[in-house]
Amino acid sequence: MKTSVFLGTLAVAGLAAGLAGAATLDDVKAKGFVQCGVATGVPGFAFTDASGEWDGFDVSMCRAVAAAIFGDPKAIKFTPTTGKTRFTALASGEVDLLFRNTTWTLSRDTDLKLDFVGVNYYDGQGFMVPKSLGVSSAKELDGATVCIQTGTTTELNLADFFRANSISYEPVPIETNAEATQKYLAGACDVYTTDASGLAATRSTFEAPGDHVILPEIISKEPLGPAVRHGDSEWADIVRWTLNALVVAEEFGVNSGNVDQLASAPTDNPEVNRLLGTEGEYGAMMGLPKDWAVKVVKGVGNYGEIFDRTIGPDTPIGLARGLNALWTQGGILYAPPFR
Amino acid sequence: MSKTDTRALAFVSSGTIPPSPPPSSEVGAVHWLRENLFSGWFNTILTLASIAVVVLLVPPIVEWAFLDSVWNASSLSECREKGTGACWAVINERFNQFMFGFYPPHLYWRPILTFVLLFVALAPVLFGSLPRQMLWFSLLFPVVAYFLIWGGLGLEPVESRQLGGFLLALVIGVAGIVLSLPIGILLALGRKSHLIFIKTICVVFIEFIRGVPLITLLFVANSVLAYFFPPGSNLDLILRVVIMVTLFASAYMAEVIRGGLAALPQGQYEAADALGLNYQKSMRLIVLPQALKISIPGIVNTFIGLFKDTTLVVVIGLLDPIGLIAATRADSNWNGIIWEFYVFVGFFFFIACFGMSRYSMYLERKLKTDHR
Repeated sequence: MKTSVFLGTLAVAGLAAGLAGAATLDDVKAKGFVQCGVATGVPGFAFTDASGEWDGFDVSMCRAVAAAIFGDPKAIKFTPTTGKTRFTALASGEVDLLFRNTTWTLSRDTDLKLDFVGVNYYDGQGFMVPKSLGVSSAKELDGATVCIQTGTTTELNLADFFRANSISYEPVPIETNAEATQKYLAGACDVYTTDASGLAATRSTFEAPGDHVILPEIISKEPLGPAVRHGDSEWADIVRWTLNALVVAEEFGVNSGNVDQLASAPTDNPEVNRLLGTEGEYGAMMGLPKDWAVKVVKGVGNYGEIFDRTIGPDTPIGLARGLNALWTQGGILYAPPFR
Repeated sequence: MSKTDTRALAFVSSGTIPPSPPPSSEVGAVHWLRENLFSGWFNTILTLASIAVVVLLVPPIVEWAFLDSVWNASSLSECREKGTGACWAVINERFNQFMFGFYPPHLYWRPILTFVLLFVALAPVLFGSLPRQMLWFSLLFPVVAYFLIWGGLGLEPVESRQLGGFLLALVIGVAGIVLSLPIGILLALGRKSHLIFIKTICVVFIEFIRGVPLITLLFVANSVLAYFFPPGSNLDLILRVVIMVTLFASAYMAEVIRGGLAALPQGQYEAADALGLNYQKSMRLIVLPQALKISIPGIVNTFIGLFKDTTLVVVIGLLDPIGLIAATRADSNWNGIIWEFYVFVGFFFFIACFGMSRYSMYLERKLKTDHR
């Protein structure tokens, strides 16, 4: 009897705690800002500008979530997290969501009790070599010395790739990207391997970027996306559909320049109308205002605008859209319909 | 006395011969060089090798750091167009960020004032010639500093996350240093106590903390402590870090001071007892002043180590100077710069640590009462 009362009390307390922890949206609305976990510094994705403001591809998308909820992309605070602290920061409630070029993997989605709600950048591991090496394919790298960051998935991918092609290599373990750059430029290794976006960003900092080539082989899938805590579907929905809204906005030509005009009256395109809230009550289904997507696009632009501004071909990072182009343009960026 | 020599003496010296100057090889620069640099074939080789190293290294460094360096540019590529040397422009542009982190710029006067007051508070502690009344301010200073940096009492509040750069390093370092000394003294005395309960607590605490790396304690401060509190009711992260750093330094401090206590001859303790002093008085008047004096080099050593250890907070995502380097390098304008950042940060830490080291030497000379 006593035991069952005790267990019952525990269960109720656990349930109450679960409920209290679950309503992230209410917590966020109550405190008036979104607490977003970002990287401590990844070129083009998360960095601080001269005035101390956070900016970058991931950061802009996090601001989009703030814009969806509060109509203001500045209603947000950033917590820089390292590779070691990012998941505990999310699990302990220190941040509301994690937008920190984190690869979506099975174990992270299930075992670590995270919920990945989408992919904002499709990355993959590549190789960079000096042009003078005369190599045009990664399969010609037999016997090469390879600079590789220790303790990452890239290390395992590399071993898999070389074993599958039965060629040998000599790893040069390094800790950080900065160290890798120094070693690679000094000729301590023939090849530098990491995510292709990282390679491009690193190459853009060289004095003579043209002397180095990124080989065509991409040897792994690295879908980078935002993550939220397991078990709060309402909050996950908001982050997921904010991301989808950015993609759909680009697909239908809604950008920060014309969004006000398109939202002022229903247009001929019903999908645009549903996105911008001039038709239906789609915002209310998520507990958001009717014009949430208008604020998102107005605040940070659509997916293509964010990409071009932070990591696109015209920036020093100079990444091409590649896989991250819309599905209508040869990429795999595809958002479910707004209806 | 024999009288064999009867010849008339041709010359009798009427005084001493004036001293002739020493040979040129025995005085001046030449002598010094021969004595110190070229006293043997081995030393000669070492001297020549050292000169070669200096000649090879210094001009390129001076050229890189000063002659060819660029002080005004808005990006690394602009730097590279303007000169081949160091790109100090990035330090120039981000100087305030390196000093204060993301502290609101219109409130910069508050950390600066705190920094000035820090020296006012330290002066009576460090230099005995100043009036003792100033110590009251020193006692009050932690409260004043807290409200100046974090706001409150009518001052605009500033969040911990906005603290960064050298401000953060100083906050953690100074708080750790100031708090760890008294706690360390208490722990050292506790470890020598005859009361078994107190002694056990102190021994367990010291041995546990010394047996765990600081990085582990920082992870505990960042991650594990957060699980203990319900979400939203977080104890401030910097406060957690300061507590952990202080505990860590206190354990080391306790052992350093215990070394000083152990070095004191047993006669001093017995003399204090013989004078009829009770425990507090014998400690305060006889034992501790001598033990602490012996421990000065060790204490300052711990201080310097602690101050440099503050850079470890980068592993939990706090943006101290080292953390800011990563965040700044991620800006595509400045990506690719490495040496300039580390030279700058290293220079700052050198000044701070060298200052502490010189002060400890001054203190040792001043307190040198034995006439050995």
